Amino acid sequence: MSEIPEYIKNKRVIREQHFYRGNAACPGCPIPKELDLLLEVMGKKTVLVVPASCTTVIMGDERGSPSPVPVVHSPFAGAAAIASGLWRQLRMRGDTDAQVVVWAGDGATGDIGFSALSGAAERNENILYVCYDNEAFMNTGIQRSALTPYGAWTTTTPAGKREFKKPLPFIMMEHKIPYVATASIAYPFDYQEKVKKAKGIQGFRYIHLLSPCPPGWRFDSKYTIEVAKLAVETGVWPLFEVINGEFRLTSVSKTLLEKRKPVIEYLKLQGRFAKLSEEDIKVIQEAVDEMWEYIKQLVKK
Amino acid sequence: MLQITKRITAMVGNHAVAYAVKQAKPQILAVFPITPQTTMLEKLAEYIDSGQLKAELIKVESEHSAMASIYGAAVAGARVFTATSSQGLLYMTEMFYWAGGQRVPIVAAIATRAIAEPWSIWDDHQDFVSKRDAIWIMTMAENVQDAYDLTIQAFRISEDKRVLLPVMMGFDGFILTHTMERLEVLDDETVDMFLPKRDYNLIDFNDPVNVGPIVTPDNYIKYRYEAKKAMDRAKEVIEEIAKEYEKISGRKQYGLIECYMCEDAEYVFLAMGAWVGDAREAVKRLRSRGNKVGLIKIRTFRPFPKERLVEKLRSVRGVIVFDRAYSFGSGGVLASDVKSALYNSGIDVMSVIAGIGGKTVRPLHFEKVMEEVLEGKRFEERWLYE
Ligand code: SF4
Repeated sequence: MSEIPEYIKNKRVIREQHFYRGNAACPGCPIPKELDLLLEVMGKKTVLVVPASCTTVIMGDERGSPSPVPVVHSPFAGAAAIASGLWRQLRMRGDTDAQVVVWAGDGATGDIGFSALSGAAERNENILYVCYDNEAFMNTGIQRSALTPYGAWTTTTPAGKREFKKPLPFIMMEHKIPYVATASIAYPFDYQEKVKKAKGIQGFRYIHLLSPCPPGWRFDSKYTIEVAKLAVETGVWPLFEVINGEFRLTSVSKTLLEKRKPVIEYLKLQGRFAKLSEEDIKVIQEAVDEMWEYIKQLVKK
Repeated sequence: MLQITKRITAMVGNHAVAYAVKQAKPQILAVFPITPQTTMLEKLAEYIDSGQLKAELIKVESEHSAMASIYGAAVAGARVFTATSSQGLLYMTEMFYWAGGQRVPIVAAIATRAIAEPWSIWDDHQDFVSKRDAIWIMTMAENVQDAYDLTIQAFRISEDKRVLLPVMMGFDGFILTHTMERLEVLDDETVDMFLPKRDYNLIDFNDPVNVGPIVTPDNYIKYRYEAKKAMDRAKEVIEEIAKEYEKISGRKQYGLIECYMCEDAEYVFLAMGAWVGDAREAVKRLRSRGNKVGLIKIRTFRPFPKERLVEKLRSVRGVIVFDRAYSFGSGGVLASDVKSALYNSGIDVMSVIAGIGGKTVRPLHFEKVMEEVLEGKRFEERWLYE
C-alpha cells in the first residue's frame, strides 16, 4: 500500500464503528441512520461513492468525516462510472472482498446521472447502487426532480408538480440486473435484509430507499418515521425485491395487494401537498391503485 | 553502460500511442469512440483481447463516464489511460476538472479536432486549449515519434511524487493520428525500467480518507495554491524526465520547448503541434536565402514554459506566433501566453491564426508571413483564411 500523499493527508475519516453522530444533516434527516444501517451490514471494507447531494455536506469537509469507511466524492453525473472504475481496480489489486457502494440522491440517480447509472447496469458492474430518494434537489433548496411526485410543491413547482414520478425501481428492474429492491427507513429490518442480500450477490445491485426530508417535504422533524411508514402503508411506496427477475413483495407490503390505507393519510402530514385539490388527490389515488394492478401482474408471474 | 536497443518501424499516430500505452501497462482503460481517435481505441481493444496488454477496458456509455471511471480506478491505485477528441473532450470537461483538482495521476491522449458548430471532423487545437485551466499538464506532439515518446513520459511525469497531476498529450487529428511515419520504439524491458510500478493509492481500508470533500473558503485557496506549486515544480520534473528518456532512447528529447536555429535569429516562429514541421521547413528555406530566422516549438503548453521562452528569446526582435485556436473576444491563445511571458521585453509579438477547422497550411504560408515581416511589416493579428 502506497503512502497517502501529503496534500490529502488531513482528509481523514473518523474511525468509529458507526456513522458518527454530530454530522451536518438537518434534524430529523434519516440519511445518517440509513447510512449507519447500511454500513453495519456492508462492513469496514466498503468504499462509498457520493455524488453531489445532501450527503456531500453530511460527509464533512477536509477537517474530518463522520464516515467509518473511505468516501470518494463525485460530481453529479459521474458516480456510477467512478464506482465502476473503483471496483475494477480493487479487484485488480486483489481486494476482491471489498464492496463499492454508490450513495446517491434522486437527482443524481434519475436525472443527471441516469446515463451513467444505466450504463453501469448494462455492463453489470459489480457495485451496489443505493438511491436515497428525498424526491427533490434538496441540497440546493427543494427544486423538483424527475422523482418528485405528482402534485408536490417545490420551489420550482410552486403550484405543484404536474408530471408523475419517474418509476425508477421498475426501470432498473427492466435492466435485468441481478438485484433490485425498494426500502424504507421505517422498516429497518427489511432494509438491512435487502442490503445483506445485495451484499451476497455479484454484479449490479440497486436499492431504492424512500428517504423523507423534513424541510423539503414540510413536516415536523419528529414525524420522519411516521411519514416513511405511511408511504408504505398507503401503497405509495411498495416494498419489494427482484432477484434475477423474480419479483416478490416484502414486509408489510405483502399484505397490501388488495387493501391499503387511502393516500390522503400519507399526503396530509406533509406541507408540500397542502394545496392539493380533491381532484389531485383522486389522481394520486388512481395512480397508486394502477401501480398495484401492475404489481399484481408481477407477483403472479 | 546502458545498452540501447531500439526497433525501427512505422506506424500511424493512433497506433503509435496505443503501442506506447501497451508498453506503459496501465491496468484500467476507458475509451469512448470518437473520430479521429477511434482507431486507437480499436488497437487497444485488440491488445487487450489478444492478451498483449493485461488490462481492463471499460466500455463506457459516454466520455463523461470514460473519465469518471478511470478517475475511480486511479483513486484506487490503477495506472489508467483514456483518449478522446473534440466534442468528446468537451463532454468530459467536468471530470477533467475533477481529476485535476484532486490531483490524481491520469494520462489522456487528445487527438485534436475542431469543435462544432458548424460540424468539422478536421484538425485544430480549439478542443485541446479549452482545457488549459483544468490543472492538467499538457504536452503537444509534433510528429508520430513525439506522440509515442510523450505518451511514455506522460505516465512518469504524472505519477512523480513531486507532481501528482494528470497529463494530457495532444496530437493533431488525422495529420498525426492517421499518417504513417517512421517510428523508433523502445523495447518493453527498457520501458519497464523507465516506468516503475505505480505507487499511488487513496483507498486504504485501514487508514480511510474522504477523497474530494467540500472544503472551507479558507482552505479552498490553499488547495489551489498547492496545485499551482505542483504545476511549477512540474517544469523541472518534465525536463529531468526528458533527459533520462534521452539516455534510454538515444534520441534528443526536449522537455518544455525546442529551439530550432534560434540562437542567432532575429525573428522566430513560435507554434505547437504538427505544423511545427512545416515551420521548420520554412525556416530551412529562409535560412538558405540568408535570413536570420528560427523556430520555437512549444512541447509543454501547461505548465507554460515562461522562463525558458524569456531565456531563448532574449535577443530576438520579433516573434510570429502561429495559433490553431482562438479565444474569441481576446486573441490567439498561444499568442496571449507569449505576450504575457514577454511582458515589457520590447519584443514584437505578432499573432497569426491559421489552420482552423483543418484548413491547409503549408511551409509556404509560414515563409510568406515571415518574408513580409523581414521587409518591415508589422501586425498585431492576422487570420490566414485565403
Ligand atoms: S435537506 Fe432533507 S435530505 Fe437533505 S440533509 Fe436536510 S433533511 Fe436530510
